Amino acid sequence: MNFLSFLISGVSLGGIYALIALGYTMVYGIAKMLNFAHGDVIMIGGYMAYTLCSTMGMNPMIGVIGSVAVCTLLGVTIERFAYKPLRTAAPLAVLITAIGVSYLLQNLALLIFGSAAKSFTSVVSIKGISLFDGELVVSGETLVTIVVSVVIMIALTLFVNKTKPGRAMRAVSEDKGAAQLMGVNVNATIALTFAIGSALAAVAGLLLCSSYPSLSPYTGAMPGIKAFTAAVFGGIGSIPGAMIGGILLGIIENLSKGYISTELSDAIVFSILIIILLVKPTGILGKKISEKV
Amino acid sequence: MSLLEIKNLGVMFGGLRAVDNFSLTLEKGDLYGLIGPNGAGKTTVFNLITGVYKPTSGTFFLDGKELKGKTPEQISKAGIARTFQNIRLFNNLSVLDNVKLGLHNRMKYSTLEGVLRLPKFFKKEKEMDEEAMKLLKVFSLEEEADVQAGSLPYGKQRKLEIARALATDPKLLLLDEPAAGMNPSETQELMDTIRFVRSEFSMTILLIEHDMKLVSGICEKVTVLNFGTELTKGETSKVLNDPEVIKAYLGD
Repeated sequence: MNFLSFLISGVSLGGIYALIALGYTMVYGIAKMLNFAHGDVIMIGGYMAYTLCSTMGMNPMIGVIGSVAVCTLLGVTIERFAYKPLRTAAPLAVLITAIGVSYLLQNLALLIFGSAAKSFTSVVSIKGISLFDGELVVSGETLVTIVVSVVIMIALTLFVNKTKPGRAMRAVSEDKGAAQLMGVNVNATIALTFAIGSALAAVAGLLLCSSYPSLSPYTGAMPGIKAFTAAVFGGIGSIPGAMIGGILLGIIENLSKGYISTELSDAIVFSILIIILLVKPTGILGKKISEKV
Repeated sequence: MSLLEIKNLGVMFGGLRAVDNFSLTLEKGDLYGLIGPNGAGKTTVFNLITGVYKPTSGTFFLDGKELKGKTPEQISKAGIARTFQNIRLFNNLSVLDNVKLGLHNRMKYSTLEGVLRLPKFFKKEKEMDEEAMKLLKVFSLEEEADVQAGSLPYGKQRKLEIARALATDPKLLLLDEPAAGMNPSETQELMDTIRFVRSEFSMTILLIEHDMKLVSGICEKVTVLNFGTELTKGETSKVLNDPEVIKAYLGD
């Protein structure tokens, strides 16, 4: 029964990683850059909901909507002012800028909200369920996290594969120049990708803070790095890869916490990443690119 | 009014004049060839009039509308479509999706309607499917609609690129070495396809080609470029027998 309980909370944690990893992988696929500020968008989303619900006492639903809206706007703004001017610059310059934006967001939060961790009130009001005569208890947060992340992943897959903006995203990720010559607005498509990625990060942030209710300016950093790991694990640039990578990472982390050691769980997670990359450098679903000769 | 009017177009890369003082006028329905030795600047002309490069001098008009300085996306909307010397299909997208991407600006629904899957989304996507299948049928590619574009054989990839370009509903179609890498019978088939496209869609076509059999077979007129400038222009048969042109291709 312990195993089942670890597994379920692992899937729930993995769902959160997957939602964050989707933002990394979509942005990488389309703009060919690693947006290291992505994790900090999660934290901003958390503070937004905290301000709306705990400080101003509004309904949790308004907290969710407000936080998603602010993060979407934030993602588009970051892209517009920090990354767009560097569209033709060397990849290293963009990478350093992303790290800079990450520190900027963390320090802004430090300035506004202070360094002390806030206790986050869960936005989930559903009661947990108890199975097998109380031997297995699944919290409402865990249930909601699993359901929400699965629904979002299905919706996103449909959006990317079946709609016109999704088709434009796939085309731009493959050949920006050709897509533009077919009349696709590349800048708008990249902005849309950042908007979707940041909205997903906001949702992930709210679910994360609801399950682990402590909010500090550094809350987003570790999940951000882990989700990035998940995206690489699944094959960076691949949307199904980010989903599988995220969920697997969550399960591995929780099982190693449960059976091996809580302190060592992160080390185990990252060791597995290293092993996977040694065996399959492109990640689980990554495509092998063979040079034409 | 002429369909395409290029006036003294030029571009410099550093100190190099890649194209200089290039002028060309096309009437509606023309099938015109742009030829010249390798490195003469033919593809650069295409890149200039599709907005990939910004001209440093001169200007050009499509249907009387000045397009100099516009982005590739705006020029695509204005009605110039092209294919590429080295095929640039979206290899991981299906054949059908490649053509539907060409339809991108012709079928409108908002992102929100796509996300919420409102009735307009289904209606427009269905229209796009029908329109794309119609185009694929013209090029006998309808059987391969769901195949990944990258796994098509070479000749069919060339055809698909033309179908994708036509999907943008252009007034002017630019073909960059359409016969490159084709054997004589494939080239023959391609010539029929180009003639067919011209009559079926009453299309104006400007093409770059090294295969002189194709050029003399379908182009009424040609311009010869050499070192970025126009060497001569006129009726294809006369130009191809011009001693200056032969010298440019073969050297002294």
